[in-house]
Amino acid sequence: MLIQFTNSGIYCKQADVYIDPWKPVNKAIITHAHSDHARWGSKHYLAHTDSEFILRYRLGNISLETLSYNQSVQINGVNISLHPAGHIIGSAQVRLEYKGEIWVVSGDYKVKSDGYTVPFEPVKCQHFITESTFGLPVYNFPDVSDLNVQLNEWVAENAAQGLNSLLIGYALGKAQRILSALETDQPILLHSTIYNTNEALGFDNSRYIKFTQDFKKEQLNPGIVLATGSVIGNPWLRRFDPYKLAFCSGWMQLRGARRRRNADKGFIMSDHADWHSLNDAVLATGAQNIYVTHGYKSVYAKWLREKYQLNAVEVETLFEGESIENESTETKEEIREENQQA
Amino acid sequence: MKAFSRLYSELDQTTRTNEKVNAMANYFMRTNAQDSIWAVALLTGRRPKRPIRTSDLKLWAAELARIPYWLFEDSYDVVGDLAETISLLIPLRKTEQDKPFSEVMNEIIDIQTKSENEKKEWLFSYWSEFLQDELFVFNKLITGSFRVGVSQQLVYKAIAKAYDLDDKVVTHKLMGNWLPQNTNLKELLSDESSSFDDSKPYPFYLAYQLDLPFTDLGNISEWQLERKYDGIRGQIIVRNQQVHTWSRGEELMTDKFIEFDILKTILPHGTVVDGEVLPFKDGKIQSFNEMQKRIGRKNVSKKTLTDVPLCMMCYDLLEHNGEDIRTKPLHERRALLEEVITKAKTDLLKLSPVLSPDSWDKVDTLRTESKQLGCEGLMLKHKDSVYETGRRRGKWWKWKVDPYTVDAVLIYAQSGHGRRANLYTDYTFAIWDKKELVPFTKAYSGLTDKELIEVDTWIKKNTIEKFGPVRSVRAELVFEIAFEGINASPRHKSGIALRFPRILRWRKDKNKEEINTKEDLMQLLNSV
Repeated sequence: MLIQFTNSGIYCKQADVYIDPWKPVNKAIITHAHSDHARWGSKHYLAHTDSEFILRYRLGNISLETLSYNQSVQINGVNISLHPAGHIIGSAQVRLEYKGEIWVVSGDYKVKSDGYTVPFEPVKCQHFITESTFGLPVYNFPDVSDLNVQLNEWVAENAAQGLNSLLIGYALGKAQRILSALETDQPILLHSTIYNTNEALGFDNSRYIKFTQDFKKEQLNPGIVLATGSVIGNPWLRRFDPYKLAFCSGWMQLRGARRRRNADKGFIMSDHADWHSLNDAVLATGAQNIYVTHGYKSVYAKWLREKYQLNAVEVETLFEGESIENESTETKEEIREENQQA
Repeated sequence: MKAFSRLYSELDQTTRTNEKVNAMANYFMRTNAQDSIWAVALLTGRRPKRPIRTSDLKLWAAELARIPYWLFEDSYDVVGDLAETISLLIPLRKTEQDKPFSEVMNEIIDIQTKSENEKKEWLFSYWSEFLQDELFVFNKLITGSFRVGVSQQLVYKAIAKAYDLDDKVVTHKLMGNWLPQNTNLKELLSDESSSFDDSKPYPFYLAYQLDLPFTDLGNISEWQLERKYDGIRGQIIVRNQQVHTWSRGEELMTDKFIEFDILKTILPHGTVVDGEVLPFKDGKIQSFNEMQKRIGRKNVSKKTLTDVPLCMMCYDLLEHNGEDIRTKPLHERRALLEEVITKAKTDLLKLSPVLSPDSWDKVDTLRTESKQLGCEGLMLKHKDSVYETGRRRGKWWKWKVDPYTVDAVLIYAQSGHGRRANLYTDYTFAIWDKKELVPFTKAYSGLTDKELIEVDTWIKKNTIEKFGPVRSVRAELVFEIAFEGINASPRHKSGIALRFPRILRWRKDKNKEEINTKEDLMQLLNSV
């Protein structure tokens, strides 16, 4: 077998590379820059070109080589290429081929286009490693266009009542999606983590206000605030009173998740594949061997075995998928910086 | 149906009282009286019976969703709420059709008696018709789990606003024995309707726990002090030679409390007494537990009547000779009450004794006697107070004794429903019996949302075994449990049952070696 699941991560012995290792290794291929996939301490990294700045921003001065989508490299006879995963900017599926044996490590992925990230492309293979963050039939995400309409209606309604709209989402990926979706003249204030992430990504910040200690309420009056989950329960929020609060996450599909957080609104906005997309993606690879990682892995593997007669097994990894409060994408420094601000 | 489901999501999406009242008032203003009365019924907890067995619902939903049953069950485990699970699994169609809400509700009632096949066909047609939000509300209605975070008082306030009436008038008119399928909101609120129904009770006046110093209450001579009895607050209504007994939960208890039936020959027409229904035998008040057992039974047998006879400890008189006297001051009502009870000469009706300490200093001593007397504490009522509607501050106060407490360790957890779905919030606690931990009570609530999430995370990491929705966890977390009473119970492994147990606080400072023992509780049991 070309790929093994080891204590350090997903490993290709022939090429001596790891994909998204969770321990420091010699050579690491990174599917995307979220911190549960892109970890510190490896000697050499390989990732997609669009991940370069954000990886350097988060991991510091690393030895990094980049590839475009569909471009390949040879390592000890293994043909390695990256393909769009549609998850966040620069996210890639890693294809490895050796003597006719083809594996695809998909990292995190989203099949439906969000209008911002390069859309997912299915890659034929015999062995497919898939996430299962939303691998239950109750997760069926709404169309992105419907969602964006709802989002814009919501901020407009709030403004009409003189209320600020507070939106909570990941700094990397979700924030840029939300900003691209907003069609409004209201002032938009960004939490510094998001502002800095934008900067690292080369995302145009000129239209936005960066939050600083000098912030005055009148700058919004009313407006939109975009922040990460770390501000929840923090007095930082009080500066924006009166406001309505919305979370942007796939977990918002469940009422309990929204109500527990006392959110006024939940936008079912995820960068992961929902139930039907997962099935479509798995079938599109033509793979007979499916390795199900982070999420509802045992349920989803059982479904693939029963429904499609695939050879599906669950695999333990240390990937985390999507969480709401504890954004896994921040570096420790950033969180500390944020807390000091608050 | 669309309007009602919109109202539901509006109520669901806010925690602000004002927004809730406005949402309801808008609904009542725009909606016809037929649909409105159903909304009132559901918002005040008058749910129709569950028309379809849960096991059938699950099977049929899995069938329509085209997934295997095990996957339905696994999904339900994660979502934690059956109605929501079904609404997330059924493939949706976009339809603009709408159906009058009252029609949907009447169909839900009618379908109860139909055959299994008819039920299934009916359900499938509804399930394919609705949009997601409506589907969710509909499923809540057919699973019998419809609940909304509004109090009755808020609903009445919204109706008062929409119909431009006084809250108190609305509250009174909507009490009593109506069924939404036989009336509508306009009819109930009209002037004629209140005289039709001989069983119609008055809204109860409820007190808040005293949170002021006595000095704020003024002179003690202006106050009437009574014991707060531990039974079922109720109203006995005698009109046209008929007796009706209502509990404060607005349940008609006439058939459960049949000994009061004789009062129709004793009390004059147009008498309404407010008091506490208590088990009373051999000149002594019996424990609440005894009465609870009696209420639990379907039929009241002769044996029950002799084993657990009831009486009413009378607090107040609301109607005298057919006249509503609630606006008379308490001292006048009390005088009339004494007259009525004295004349009645029956053991069924007892006057709640008035305590007359001559200074506030002595009140606390009276309060501490409560538990020995089987009482919950004291009531303080201003002698000039009118009989108000609902819970109000100012003229009536209750002053309950502190609850009993026990430190116990968490051993089992189960996930909650609704707001707490997918979160382990229902706990079972244990105490030491010699060297063994015995489960002795369940309790929930009392923790903050933040603590709940913290405990939930801990539970998921410290699970020993799973039995369906229940997990056993490492015995480590200690909680202080408060409760109002204790009784021997052969049904429980520990041999005891607590009354109204709830979590008081999380004792992070204690470990499982320091918790209470069964002996401690047995001592308490024997002392009360």
